[in-house]
Amino acid sequence: MPDVSDFILKLQRRRIEGSHATARQTAELLRSVISQTRMPYTNQAAALLDAVRAVGEQLIAANPVELAVGNIVRRVLHIIREEDLSSSAVSFEGLMISEKSDDEDDADHKGGPVLSAAAVAAAARSTLRPRSLQTLLEDGPLPAAPSKSSSAGDSEGKSKSDKSAVGKRLKHSVIEAINLLIEEIDDCYEDISEQAVEHIHQNEVILTLGRSKTVKEFLYAAKQKNRSFRVFVAEGAPRYQGHVLAKELIQKGLETTVITDSAIFAMISRVNMVIVGAHAIMANGGVIAPVGMNMLALAAQRHAVPFVVVAGSHKLCPLYPHNPEVLLNELKSPSDLIDFGEFSDCMDFGAHGGAPLMHVVNPTFDYVPPNLVSLFITDTGGHNAAHMYKLIADYYSADDLVIKRKSTSSN
Amino acid sequence: MDLRRPNRPVIGPKVRQVGFVTPDSAAATSSSSIPAVSAAAATSAGSPPSSLSPVMIPPPRHPSTEMSNPHFHPVGSYNPSEQILGSPPALSPSRSSRFDADGSDFGGDDDESVALSGVGGGMTPKSSLLMRQPVTKTAPLVSETRKRDSNASKGKGEGPSAAPKEKLTKAERRATQEAQRAAKAAAKEAAAAGGAPSVSKQPKPATKPATQQKKDIPSGSGPLQPLAPSGSIEKKQGKKEVAAPHPRMQFDDMTKVGKLKKRAVVNQSEARNRVELFRHLPQYEHGTQLPDLESKFFQLDLIHPSVYQVGLQFLSDKISGGNARCIAMLLAFKEVIQDYTTPPEKTLTRDLGAKVGSCVSFLIECRPLSVSMGNAIRFLKNRISSLPHNLSDKEAKSRLQSDIDRFINEKIIIASKAIVEHGVSKIRDGDVLLTYGSPSVVESIFAYAHGIKKNFRVVVVDSRPKHEGQGLLRRLVERGIHCTYTHLNAVSYVMHEVTRVFLGASSVLSNGTVYSRVGTACVAMVAHAFRVPVLVCCEAYKFHERVQLDSICSNELGDPDAISKVSGRKDLNYLDGWAQNENIQLLNLKYDATPSDYVSVLVTEQGMLPPTSVPVIIREYGIERLWT
Repeated sequence: MPDVSDFILKLQRRRIEGSHATARQTAELLRSVISQTRMPYTNQAAALLDAVRAVGEQLIAANPVELAVGNIVRRVLHIIREEDLSSSAVSFEGLMISEKSDDEDDADHKGGPVLSAAAVAAAARSTLRPRSLQTLLEDGPLPAAPSKSSSAGDSEGKSKSDKSAVGKRLKHSVIEAINLLIEEIDDCYEDISEQAVEHIHQNEVILTLGRSKTVKEFLYAAKQKNRSFRVFVAEGAPRYQGHVLAKELIQKGLETTVITDSAIFAMISRVNMVIVGAHAIMANGGVIAPVGMNMLALAAQRHAVPFVVVAGSHKLCPLYPHNPEVLLNELKSPSDLIDFGEFSDCMDFGAHGGAPLMHVVNPTFDYVPPNLVSLFITDTGGHNAAHMYKLIADYYSADDLVIKRKSTSSN
Repeated sequence: MDLRRPNRPVIGPKVRQVGFVTPDSAAATSSSSIPAVSAAAATSAGSPPSSLSPVMIPPPRHPSTEMSNPHFHPVGSYNPSEQILGSPPALSPSRSSRFDADGSDFGGDDDESVALSGVGGGMTPKSSLLMRQPVTKTAPLVSETRKRDSNASKGKGEGPSAAPKEKLTKAERRATQEAQRAAKAAAKEAAAAGGAPSVSKQPKPATKPATQQKKDIPSGSGPLQPLAPSGSIEKKQGKKEVAAPHPRMQFDDMTKVGKLKKRAVVNQSEARNRVELFRHLPQYEHGTQLPDLESKFFQLDLIHPSVYQVGLQFLSDKISGGNARCIAMLLAFKEVIQDYTTPPEKTLTRDLGAKVGSCVSFLIECRPLSVSMGNAIRFLKNRISSLPHNLSDKEAKSRLQSDIDRFINEKIIIASKAIVEHGVSKIRDGDVLLTYGSPSVVESIFAYAHGIKKNFRVVVVDSRPKHEGQGLLRRLVERGIHCTYTHLNAVSYVMHEVTRVFLGASSVLSNGTVYSRVGTACVAMVAHAFRVPVLVCCEAYKFHERVQLDSICSNELGDPDAISKVSGRKDLNYLDGWAQNENIQLLNLKYDATPSDYVSVLVTEQGMLPPTSVPVIIREYGIERLWT
């Protein structure tokens, strides 16, 4: 598919960066992939899952640091599963027949013999929704109504129960759900900034680092509610996105002070709250954020200043980080830091037996451990760092955490 | 304290019996241990019966002796709390005035004591308050609370007991004063005691001390309180200019700024869009002073050309770094002294001191002094003022010049060598050493360690806007040391592999705070979080008895335009023309204060110390070696 290779190329060449852009475009791409997938007569869900997984794997490999891509792929997989589940209750009988006729086809996707449709539904639901108090309560009295139980969990499930009840095709309802997802990605700023007044008060001093659209909208919203406060913006070298943010803030009449990153520790004692954006939020509550954030979080902790992370739900990543400073990071060009012309002689690889004396490190991201974060504000409200794994479990199904075609047999 | 010490045994036992501290040990302890002793004394003096311990035999004795003086009945309770409030000189008269207002026979005496306290400054009250002096001087808080307690608990009942006690001390005061003070004062006192019964000027002394008291209280109980002891010690050593550090110039005080501007040589205009939080610091439009000053070159005959040159270099940032600036300034002063001739009808010590003072204020206009320079100036002025009067100009000049040379040599050059030797002992093979900015001492540590074939790697962390680390990087790479260069934000990325952090300091303050290039605190904090030891290398002449808790109360502001412009990045022009919008301010801080708990060890020429030992160094070495 041309779209896919094109998008992969853009990701590889870092033409598209930033969680929002990549998330949105991934969702759009997957929508078109789904719409172009030729649906088999039977076992449609497995076919869709397979197609999405194949594309998703390539997308993730294209830029593994853009965690939002993987998040959206997993969200779409989850959507397909849910839609399948809600339709399975209706097309109960047909499924039973198809299981018998197409053995080899669905051995790839559905391991083991299927005892009954009800058992399938229950099993699938339990894999989609990890055991929680809510599902336990729902599972007891309503074993035969999975559609209701799933719709209680999240927003995109609202539209599907009636649709599947009517018996529309799976593909159509999946695309509908993806449209909702795209809408959600676009609207997350509004949902988040609605909560601004609850967190920003009169005469506060707020510190932020770098530039985040979420933070900007958050501050705008508070300003619109006639809260007057002061913002310190750390410039966020070497990308200096803080300058952009400062410019945007003063256009809205916010009192803004730009400081160097080195002055963070000096200034934080006069700051009431640190509000920052994130690149991704990991399942343990750790944050992958623009470089320098760890320093800021430590300084905030030292001075007992609340460290608030605002992020849309597309940034919630279901993975647990291992050595995130190295593995979930990206080193950029040294030219951001030093002038090549000036230091060209020092960086000569030939001079000292193949290894130059000088290395320049220019990482993009920082990992903020969960204990440094006071609060996460997502479009579903404020959350504690320890609660993130539960929130994330609402959006993803446990089977999709590893997106590799080999692992699909475990379904 | 020295002058006072001999007296102590005389009265000492009386007070100390109350508590559990033996008088001898108290008298023998050095000045540094006085707070503890005095605290003990405070407890003993202030709150006798309420908190009784088995050791406390004397308290019953107190009332009994004191009861013998019925005169001072109701007023006495007043005294203890008053004394504590601050300055002894004002207090002794006030107390006595109250006595005589009470109708006692001590009226005449009071007059005298007022006069005396005026003459003798800090020394007079000693006699009256001898037993309490250490309390009020060194541990005011403790004593105050204690006494309040005692007052509260006992109410009026304590009144009589405290008042007669006063009387006793008064008697003693007379005795000690005669022994110690100038004969005139003693005679006066004696005469006054003789003519005491004549109660003549009652109202006057009553008001006078009151005003005095008002004046004095803030100085005693102000924010500089912790410094007061060191200041008073210095005073006792007879050095007027090394009293407790002056409060710094606050630039939000309009009257003072106006005065300063009248005197100023450099024409400076206030910067626009200043940050509200930093109104108390000077911030001027950058770039305007230099041409202005250059054009004035031929008009400024007051200022020596070499000082002028150094000033320009400070202004244009050609010389930066604590040591470099200090050495440049001292060398300029050396030339000033070389070319100096005492004008007729003036003495060298006075006139040269004034001349140096004017040079210093010129340099301050160019750039605020660093602590190292401040200490060097204190040293120099001290040397000037302590020159013997009978020296010829030539001798005096050569002596001063050799003093300056000695200072540069001992305090800066040899000190850095000693630091290098200490510092190198902490570098092992295979270490990864991180440094921030471009501290000169750390650079020589690395160079020396490389010279003795230690095998290590250096991480140079740098920050905007000055990028001083690039210079260090280049010099280290030229020496053949393996380097990694990164910016401050990435410090937590590189900190994983780092085994030691070496930092420089502009100054180390008395509470262990390291005042240094902005960003140092961030590096130290991240290192602390990653459990990496932080070594701060600093010569002892940069220690200062000032204390500071944050980086805001005292700092230096740089050129805000340096923030809006990013060198080598033409595409970043978002903040161009920022000065037109009053909603935006750019803040270019130059220093920050690293809390002492982030510092594992201070490497100084005196050895490697914990930051808590800074006040000890200041006390033990600083005063004696530097400022005498």
